[in-house]
Amino acid sequence: MSGSALFIAVFLACIVEAVEALTIILAAGTARDWRSAITGLFAGLLTLAVIIAALGPAVSSIPLGGLRLFVGGLLLVFGLQWLRKAILRASGNKALHDESLIFQTELAAAQQAQAERRGLVADWYAFTLSFKGVVLEGLEVAFIALTFGSNQHNIPLAAAAAAAAVLLVVAVGVAVRAPLARVPENSMKFVVGIMLTAFGMFWGAEGAGAHWPGSDAALLVLIPAIGLYALAMVALFRTKPVKVPVPAGMATSQGGTH
Amino acid sequence: MINKVRAFGAFWYDFIIGDDWRVAVGVAFAFTLTYIASRATTAAVWWIVPLAVVVLLPLSIHRVTRHTKS
Repeated sequence: MSGSALFIAVFLACIVEAVEALTIILAAGTARDWRSAITGLFAGLLTLAVIIAALGPAVSSIPLGGLRLFVGGLLLVFGLQWLRKAILRASGNKALHDESLIFQTELAAAQQAQAERRGLVADWYAFTLSFKGVVLEGLEVAFIALTFGSNQHNIPLAAAAAAAAVLLVVAVGVAVRAPLARVPENSMKFVVGIMLTAFGMFWGAEGAGAHWPGSDAALLVLIPAIGLYALAMVALFRTKPVKVPVPAGMATSQGGTH
Repeated sequence: MINKVRAFGAFWYDFIIGDDWRVAVGVAFAFTLTYIASRATTAAVWWIVPLAVVVLLPLSIHRVTRHTKS
């Protein structure tokens, strides 16, 4: 696999998750306390760094055949989950992911919660909301970056792709100070789902002892083939768009929740 | 304590297995079959995993759409 494919897959996956995490942090900061929300963000990033530092050497020490089977299996299961959600959304069977509505929902919930001080954290609710958002959204990306990077013996490139995506989302988030509703999140999830599924199939089957016709070139067939198959699934399962009841006071949003 | 262990297990189950455990089982089955077949024969076995994906994906989507419609 070329370095660019590794970079694109990790970058897009990371953009999608970073946009979701940003929405949660913005809600925690806007409705509650910015200092606590940002403390939660850094605590979350630190937790992710510890997890990656612990898992990185463990994953890298697995023999290549076993690693490909393990990584391929994990990526394929992740990929099929992403792809299924993307197909369900694209075919109208699941409401589209709408950051504006999610922001409003998180904001309303945050405004109603009681304030509580714990240690150095002025607002525990804002801290935990932000912390959970970063850790939960970041964990999947950490796995993707780590598994892609270790399989290609290029963890620095995977880490650079993840860092570039986070920096881009943070920079735009700080500039607009609003949820990034215009990011084509659903389309990006579709592309990432296709790439995870293709690489998961390729590496997993190789790890299990299969030999692909054309070796690495098989990926050039697998990726478009899965894309076409996914589009066929969208057409097959297409239905009327899901209508989600919009709660009172959220008249600005027109989409649905996660 | 038991609740915390249960919540920890539930988190990892949700994280790795996700919404449809059948997909994870199907993937594991396809890789196991590929491994056994690659050891038992010299014939091409690369097609087993793609075939599993071709079958698993629409089945998993169908399960969700069937529930949505009903």
